[in-house]
Amino acid sequence: MDLQTLWFAAVAVLWTGFLLLEGFDFGVAALLPVLGRRTPDRHLMLRSIGPLWDGNEVWLITAVGAVFAAFPGWYATWLPTLYLPFVLVLFGLIIRAVAFEWRHSHHTPAWDSSWTWVITTGSLIAALGIGAALGATTLGLPIDADGTRVGGAFAGLGWPALLGAVAVLAFSVVHGAMFLALKTDGPIRMAARAFARRWAPVASLPLLAWAGLVQLRDGTAVTAVLWLVAALAVVVAWARIRVEREGQAFAAWGTMLASAAATIFGAAYPVVVPSTVDAAFDVTIADASVSDYTLTVMTWAAGIGLPVVLGYQAWTYWVFRQRLTAEPVHEEPAEAHA
Amino acid sequence: MDVVGLDVLDLDTLDVARWQFGITTVYHFLMVPLTIGLGILVAVMHTMWVRTDKPEWLRMTRFWGRVYLINFVLGVATGLVQEFQFGLAWSEYSRFVGDVFGSLLALEALLAFFLESTFLGLWIFGWGRIPKKVHLATLWAAVVGSIVSAYFIIAANSWMQHPVGVVTDDATGRPRQVDFLAVLTNNTALAAFSHAIVAALMVAGALLVGIGLWHLRKRKLAQLPTTDTDHAVWRRSVRLGGWVSLAAFALVALTGDWQGKLMYEQQPLKMSSAEALCETEAPASFSIFAWGKLGSNECDDVHSITVPYILSYLAHGDFSTAVPGVNELQEEYSAAYGETYPDDPSFGDKAGEPIDYTPVLAVTYWSFRLMIGMGAVSAAVAAYALWATRKGRVPTSRIGVYGSLLAVAAPFVGNATGWIFTEMGRQPFVVYPNPDVPVEDQIYFFTAQAVSPGISAGEVWTSLISLTVVYGALAVVELWLLSRFVRRGVTSGDGHPTPGFTPEPPDDGDDGPDRGAPRRDRDDDVLQFAY
Ligand code: HDD
Ligand code: HEM
Ligand code: HEM
Repeated sequence: MDLQTLWFAAVAVLWTGFLLLEGFDFGVAALLPVLGRRTPDRHLMLRSIGPLWDGNEVWLITAVGAVFAAFPGWYATWLPTLYLPFVLVLFGLIIRAVAFEWRHSHHTPAWDSSWTWVITTGSLIAALGIGAALGATTLGLPIDADGTRVGGAFAGLGWPALLGAVAVLAFSVVHGAMFLALKTDGPIRMAARAFARRWAPVASLPLLAWAGLVQLRDGTAVTAVLWLVAALAVVVAWARIRVEREGQAFAAWGTMLASAAATIFGAAYPVVVPSTVDAAFDVTIADASVSDYTLTVMTWAAGIGLPVVLGYQAWTYWVFRQRLTAEPVHEEPAEAHA
Repeated sequence: MDVVGLDVLDLDTLDVARWQFGITTVYHFLMVPLTIGLGILVAVMHTMWVRTDKPEWLRMTRFWGRVYLINFVLGVATGLVQEFQFGLAWSEYSRFVGDVFGSLLALEALLAFFLESTFLGLWIFGWGRIPKKVHLATLWAAVVGSIVSAYFIIAANSWMQHPVGVVTDDATGRPRQVDFLAVLTNNTALAAFSHAIVAALMVAGALLVGIGLWHLRKRKLAQLPTTDTDHAVWRRSVRLGGWVSLAAFALVALTGDWQGKLMYEQQPLKMSSAEALCETEAPASFSIFAWGKLGSNECDDVHSITVPYILSYLAHGDFSTAVPGVNELQEEYSAAYGETYPDDPSFGDKAGEPIDYTPVLAVTYWSFRLMIGMGAVSAAVAAYALWATRKGRVPTSRIGVYGSLLAVAAPFVGNATGWIFTEMGRQPFVVYPNPDVPVEDQIYFFTAQAVSPGISAGEVWTSLISLTVVYGALAVVELWLLSRFVRRGVTSGDGHPTPGFTPEPPDDGDDGPDRGAPRRDRDDDVLQFAY
């Protein structure tokens, strides 16, 4: 495999990792008004993602950074073409980040519920916006031969953006419910399980449709198989959540996303930004890539760095592995002796 | 519409994008030095607690740790914007520098941001859950993450100030990286990094001093004991902060001097602009105060009060070196890089216009002086605080204590003006030609070419206005939360607020009724959040 292909795969893995991880915290946040109507339930939900969301968000930063680092031509075409949608995503991510922290810096019910509402809104905006950006990119953007947008500020936003947006949000919401079913105990666990059971089949449809469209356009036999794996994973996830095997259901649902993402990236390869103006203007990995020297340097750095990152992130999940209940489980640091 | 001499409605995409970059980056850099500096100091406090078991160190860790966290999250939120900005508004820049610049950003995320965010999560939620020493190590890991992050981003910035390790690619005409190690060990980066880290410590030091003194005075006026743990908390904060500030100021001057010497070689025009030095001088004198037409860059109408020889020393370490003036350099640059911008659409409105190689003198001159001056103010306050608290004393002087509290702002201003100087001083280039390379092989890029071609001024206006409004609102909430938290101070070990401080009214509402056990004041839950 040449380096450009390797880095295309690396970027695909980073985006998939981001959706798998941040997906559940987007989902939990989106479910706050649905499952968290009682205050202790809401706090439990927030506690389940509290130590994890920031680390998850770095997957996004790394994914964007990797696009810039390996394929500046992709970065420089994609972002300005969808200028306003990306600004909206940033807006969502900003208010969400500060809300997580500021929520518990002051204690009145109004303060608490306002910031909780901000977390939900920010997460919805971010999930929809990132989905729109990804959907529009894999299904085509209005760009000319120089990679410059043709048309006004909203020219990049059509039905593919809408499909991507709905797909990412729907996936995240059920992913969040499965995560809650796995991570918590008590009434929330039951409610989350029931939610996932009810909505999983429907929620998978936009994502499967999106992957299917990319497959129909440019797919290969391998990506067709991947698509089938994704569809099968939905059935497994649904079947396992029905029999209350939360861990297996969560894994199957994640497999669905990973296979659908693999279908999309695999089918699109080697095009990174298809042009809706003229297929001759498609940006491919060869057009967009940096030099082999730089790719080699990054391969070394990522080869050493990424396993270490995965190691300590796994450790975090291990440290916070136990199921949470509505009783706060904090222990006190002893002041004088420990 | 005329705002401060600028015709606002007439700004083109380039100008709006520059304002946006300047505003968002300077804003980001208000949080950054506090994250870096306070992170280091909180880790020191936590280490002292683990080693000595003294309760005041634990309380300091928890109090300052909370301030650190409230600030940290805003650093994260504003940093996100930075990561996207190069693509959104500066796509031609991103294309041009992609072979070098992107990899540094990606490595920053991979090697630093993961470390920071993951281990900070472990530290926050790990109290009592992971062994004490491992828990301490998680904080250090996060702090190391911040420092590594600063290194990579400054290496990226320094590469645009002084591009090394690249050749021009024949096919694309863009820089192609040939020596990654040279990029990482760029002398500009080493100098700027060490300067920025010690400048960050000045920020943290000033905060400890200002707030510590205020609490000490308040406790003394309320006639609270001077032997209890809370007293020790504030006293140690002042002493630690004071010494850190003084030491950091010495280091800032040292590393700044190093930067000055590099600047003389690498960006001589920035140096003469910092001094508003119009004509070449040998030996050159350092200007203390200047007046005249600095603002309109009418160099021959600038007058200043100067100290002889000092500029020669800053530039080259002796008292005789000639420092070239703005007028002479302007001509040299015009000869080397052209009198006018090429008549090419990629230069937008600037195509065919004459190039002014001199940055806005009023900005470079005054931002350089503010940077140094604010540092000096901060060092003076630190010296005062150390003297006023010698041998267990507590100052009650209103002016002294409130002055120190006000002076918390000084190193923030110093940091911001330092960057404004560095970044505005390199105009009109975004990638500055490296003088060690023969002119025909030099790599450089004008700011005028850097902006995204497809986007409209309206789009950038939209983002500029909405981001500025959001940032403004965040600043208000952040300051309110911080000042409220800081005013309440530490609480005594049993969870009850220190006598003399007004506790918040108890609230049972949002967590359901009390569960029998004595309820702790939740703000004492410094690092454990009531999710
Ligand atoms: C000298 C240091 C320094 C400088 C010049 C910058 N930053 Fe920064 N940045 C940090 C030092 C830092 C930090 C100390 O590491 C922060 C502050 C708070 C935090 O979470 O990490 C951070 C946060 C931060 C984040 C969020 C990280 C997270 O989620 O944990 C991003 C994406 C960036 N920055 C990106 C940038 C970019 C693209 C910059 C260039 C314009 C930039 N920063 C300038
Ligand atoms: C955090 C500290 C930084 C601050 C406070 C800062 C400040 C500024 C300011 C004030 C401007 C506007 C200058 C002008 O337009 O005249 C600017 C522009 C710019 N800076 Fe920085 N900067 C910082 C770090 C960086 C870093 C680390 C990079 C690159 C990695 C960078 C890249 C740029 C670019 C691309 C521009 C836009 C082009 C321009 O207008 O000059 N800056 N910055
Ligand atoms: C005391 C004497 C000081 C000297 C001689 C000095 C010198 C310099 C120089 C020459 C630069 C520009 C580097 C370049 O553009 O090539 C710079 C930048 C900067 N200064 Fe200072 N400085 C001093 C004090 C301070 C203080 C007190 C602070 C903050 C509290 C500070 C913060 C900064 C920052 C943040 C930058 C931009 C980033 C960087 O290049 O490191 N400096 N300084």
